[in-house]
Amino acid sequence: MAILVDKTTKVITHGITGKAGSFHTKQCLEYGTQFVGGVVPGKGGTKSEHGLPVFNNAFDAVKATGATCSMIFVPPGGAVDATMEAAAAGIKLIVLITEGVPTMDMVRCKKYLNDAGVTLIGPNCPGIITPGQAKIGIMPGYIHKPANGTTKNIGLISRSGTLTYEAVWQCTTRNIAQTTCVGIGGDPVKGLNFIELLGMFEKDPQTHAIIMIGEIGGTDEEAAADFIKKNVKKPVVSFIAGRTAPPGRRMGHAGAIISGGQGTAESKIAALKSAGIHVADSPADIGAKVATVLGMA
Amino acid sequence: MKVHEYQARQLLQAAGAAVPRFEVIDSADQAASAYQKIGGGQVVVKAQVHAGGRGKAGYVVLCNNPKDVEENSRRMLANPMVSKQTGSQGVQVRKILIAPAVEIDKEYYVGMVLDRARSAPVVMVSKEGGVEIEEVAAKNPDAIIKEWMHPHLGLQDFQLRKLTNALGLEGDHAKAAAKIMSALAKIFIEKDCSLAEINPLVLTKAANGKPGEILAIDAKFNFDDNALFRHADIQAMFDPTEENPHEIRAQKFNLSYIALDGNIGCLVNGAGLAMSTMDIIKLHGGEPANFLDVGGSVTPEGAVEAFRIILSDPKVKGILVNIFGGIAKCDVIAEALIHAAKEVGFKVPVVVRLEGTNVDRARQLLAEAKIPQITTATDLTDAAKKVCAAV
Repeated sequence: MAILVDKTTKVITHGITGKAGSFHTKQCLEYGTQFVGGVVPGKGGTKSEHGLPVFNNAFDAVKATGATCSMIFVPPGGAVDATMEAAAAGIKLIVLITEGVPTMDMVRCKKYLNDAGVTLIGPNCPGIITPGQAKIGIMPGYIHKPANGTTKNIGLISRSGTLTYEAVWQCTTRNIAQTTCVGIGGDPVKGLNFIELLGMFEKDPQTHAIIMIGEIGGTDEEAAADFIKKNVKKPVVSFIAGRTAPPGRRMGHAGAIISGGQGTAESKIAALKSAGIHVADSPADIGAKVATVLGMA
Repeated sequence: MKVHEYQARQLLQAAGAAVPRFEVIDSADQAASAYQKIGGGQVVVKAQVHAGGRGKAGYVVLCNNPKDVEENSRRMLANPMVSKQTGSQGVQVRKILIAPAVEIDKEYYVGMVLDRARSAPVVMVSKEGGVEIEEVAAKNPDAIIKEWMHPHLGLQDFQLRKLTNALGLEGDHAKAAAKIMSALAKIFIEKDCSLAEINPLVLTKAANGKPGEILAIDAKFNFDDNALFRHADIQAMFDPTEENPHEIRAQKFNLSYIALDGNIGCLVNGAGLAMSTMDIIKLHGGEPANFLDVGGSVTPEGAVEAFRIILSDPKVKGILVNIFGGIAKCDVIAEALIHAAKEVGFKVPVVVRLEGTNVDRARQLLAEAKIPQITTATDLTDAAKKVCAAV
């Protein structure tokens, strides 16, 4: 079991002939993900360097391939348009990798997707991986350990990219496998958030514990703490980045900013601790904390 | 991106809001003529800097004659403003705004931000104008009334009526306030703001048989950096003198750099990992000198520039390099490290922690280069302890 994606998921890449889109499609194919085509306006009827069919639009691509998932590498100015096109064409899960999407574009796009009943991951995210089955994103595949009937497994939700790789690697080196890892992205307005994914991992029988990696900015971690208190029985290990971040400054991610006294690491950590969540004080201790809650240490 | 108050007033005016007359000068010699242009009488003289705390610092003053305006302008332009928000060195004032002083009857707050939890812009108003809205939010949250904008339909007239009602405004005053709020929302949406604020919006005192007027006295706009590419007019308002020169230099190489007060320089890939690296330095008793995310697709030139920027900060007594190679490859960073050591020269210890893509080749490169200042670390904790011990 896993959540959202597995080896049967059929994926197309928006922007498959661009530098990043082409490179990462190749990496995902090598990992074993079922990519079935790509979309590039004006290049319909050609083949990508991977030998995949290229379509002019998402409608043609879905009709010809039966794809249900789209990985989007379109630059910021057109990313939201590509996302809405994918939704209109019947794609059910959209992974929007693009960094730098204007916030107001996302405000409009999110409402559009919600009305259409389409699930979005991102933007400004590493994507999603179900180790051993499907990698739809830019994370290095080899650091992950696939879950099976005998492994102890975590599900992971994170606002960060490389910090996620760090946490995954700490688990893998301790023989802790991962069911699915989802990078929800570093932007203030995004698709799936902690709460929806916590609910999915709570229901997934193969997931034994959940890692939740947050950072300064907004109040999503506080909302998640409240949700966990009421709805999640599985152990949750968390780390919040940015304890030393100065207020009013955007720390790399568009969403990582303490503003008007809201969004501090202290507030998030206090909320998580009061909900009984195991919070790692150091980013180096995430794996060890997980091992402890899983009875492996 | 932030803009100055006079630029915010220009934007409001262009959007059809009632803004008092004003003049902007950059030399005290222009003060007297600016004073005459706005009609004399009592005026307010305001230093144009992004930092807050201007009033308490003496950089917002009332003046009654041209000589007074000129002297105050000269003082503000000559002496950096030091306030709670600026640090001890203060900030240089380059422009001064002069506007007629108004007799205030009531002050209100009107602001618009993104409500992240609802993924929609929200308009907030309060009868407690003229003070920081954060203070009101902390002490008396019920005094802030909110209306959320529909993402596709925009702010509706009934919502504007609700907001002006909540401020206790009636008749022409309510209509005038609604017009200003509508202008604010228009700017927020059309120019991709992250913050749009009028504080205070005032009702002036009735005088000589004339009723009071609704006016926007001070305005503040912040813009979404991600949307600047489609707003040449806003980009043109950028004032580089308000920014840290290292941060501007870093932007040119697609590096995300923020200067801090500590003495341990950090070079990291990824924003979350970069923040965590600062955190772990602090956890082991050190103080980070900067936030620096070199990004996923860092070039060798970009990485060398990153070292140059860190090393140009005289406070830096040691450097921690923390790379988890995913898209960014460890060997690229190692090569940049070796190049920077040759070109810039390391005068401080450098602790390097590499993991991920091409890590073996990177370790080999570093071992072969034999750079005496470089120490390698086995993991994140080891790296933090080593760099903290070295400074």
